[in-house]
Amino acid sequence: MTQITHHIPDDILDAWRAGALSHPYAVVVAAHLSLCDECRAAVETADMIGGALLDGLEGQALDAGARQRMMDALDTPAPPPVRGSGVFPAPVVAALGGQPPQWRMLGGGIRQQILSADREGALRLLYIPPGRAVPEHGHRGLELTLVLQGSFSDSEGAFLRGDVETAHDSIDHQPVAGPGAPCICLAATDAPLRFHALLPRLLQPIFRI
Amino acid sequence: MDEPVIQALSSQTCDLIAVRDQRDRAAFGRLFDHFAPRLKAMMVKGGLRDGSAEDAVQDVMLAVWHKAAQFDPHRADAAGWIYGIARNRRIDLARRRPLAQPEDLPEIESDAPDPAQILALQQEASHLVAALCRLAPEQAEALRAAYFDDIPHSRISEMTGLPLGTIKSRIRLGLERLRHELRKIAP
Ligand SMILES: [Zn+2]
Ligand SMILES: [Zn+2]
Repeated sequence: MTQITHHIPDDILDAWRAGALSHPYAVVVAAHLSLCDECRAAVETADMIGGALLDGLEGQALDAGARQRMMDALDTPAPPPVRGSGVFPAPVVAALGGQPPQWRMLGGGIRQQILSADREGALRLLYIPPGRAVPEHGHRGLELTLVLQGSFSDSEGAFLRGDVETAHDSIDHQPVAGPGAPCICLAATDAPLRFHALLPRLLQPIFRI
Repeated sequence: MDEPVIQALSSQTCDLIAVRDQRDRAAFGRLFDHFAPRLKAMMVKGGLRDGSAEDAVQDVMLAVWHKAAQFDPHRADAAGWIYGIARNRRIDLARRRPLAQPEDLPEIESDAPDPAQILALQQEASHLVAALCRLAPEQAEALRAAYFDDIPHSRISEMTGLPLGTIKSRIRLGLERLRHELRKIAP
C-alpha cells in the first residue's frame, strides 16, 4: 500500500460533510475517503463534534407508536452494501452502475468514460498509457483528479494511487503518466477544460472533455 | 473487555457494542430512547416537518441496527458514529441525488480491543463536550447553526444581519478552539 501524500483540502472536505458538493466532486471525495484513513479520521473527528452537539440537544417527543414501529422494523433485511471492485472503490463502482468501464478512444492511446455530465459538472474516468501525456490545459473552475491505478506527474508533483490533485483555474498543467501500469484516474470538473493546442480544442465538443 | 475500559465507555457506546456483538434488542431499545428524541430535534432544526422528521429518525435508527457491525470504539463514540449516519440521511433528504458515500469499513473483529486506544478516544470525547461548554455563546450558536440547521453560510448572515465574514470567522474560531483542545490530549 502506497503512502497517500495529496489529500482533499479541508474546505472541500467540510463542503462534502455538509452535503454542499455537486455530484462529480462528491464522488471524488467519497472515493478518496475509501482509500485514505487520514481524511476518514478527519471526518470522524468532525462527527465527534456533531455527536457532542447532538447529545446536548433537548429532545423532542416522538409519536406514541414510534418505538414499537422501530422494534417491529428490525427484522427487515439490510440493503446489500456496494463493494469495491479491482482498482475501483465502492463509490466509483456505484457511479459506473456496477458495470466495468466502457472506454472510448480519445487518441494517443488515451481513453475515457464519462460517468456523468450535466449542469453540476462532469465526472470521468481517464486511462493514460505509461509515459503518455494528457494535452496541456487550463481550467475554468476546479478540477479534482484522483489516481486509482499507476501514477502521473506534472508541475504540481507526483501523484500515486489514492492521491488527489486539486487544480484551480490558475493552474495550467500537462499530466504525464508514470512508467509501469497504465494510469487510471477519476476526474471531476465543474466546467469544460481549456486546451491550448488547436486540435484538442476542436475535438472538445465531440469528446466532451 | 477489561473492567476499566468498560467503565470509561459511555453507556450508549456499551449498548451499541452489545447491539453489534449480540444483536441485543434491549440495548437497541435503550439507544432508541436516548437518541431518537435528539435526532428528531436535529431533523426539525434541519427544516423537516414533524412527520418527515419522525420518518428520518426511523431511517437513521434502522441504519444503526443494520450497520452496527461497522461500529469501532477505537474510531468513534456512539454519539459521533450515530451523528454521522444522521448527517448523511438529512443531506440526502435535501439533495436532488444522494451524496456519494465512502466504501463501508470492514466488519469489526470484536476479539482484539486495544483498551488504551479506546480509553484515549473516550477521554477525547468527554474533553470535546467540556470544550463545547466553554465556547462563547455566539460561537456555540454559530457552530450549532453550521451543524444542525444546515443553512448555507450566506443565509445565516441574512438571518442574523451579520456580515458573512463575521459568521465564517466565528465558526472557524469555534472549530479551531475545539481542534486545539483535541490536540492537547491527542497530539
Ligand atoms: Zn486523504
Ligand atoms: Zn487539469
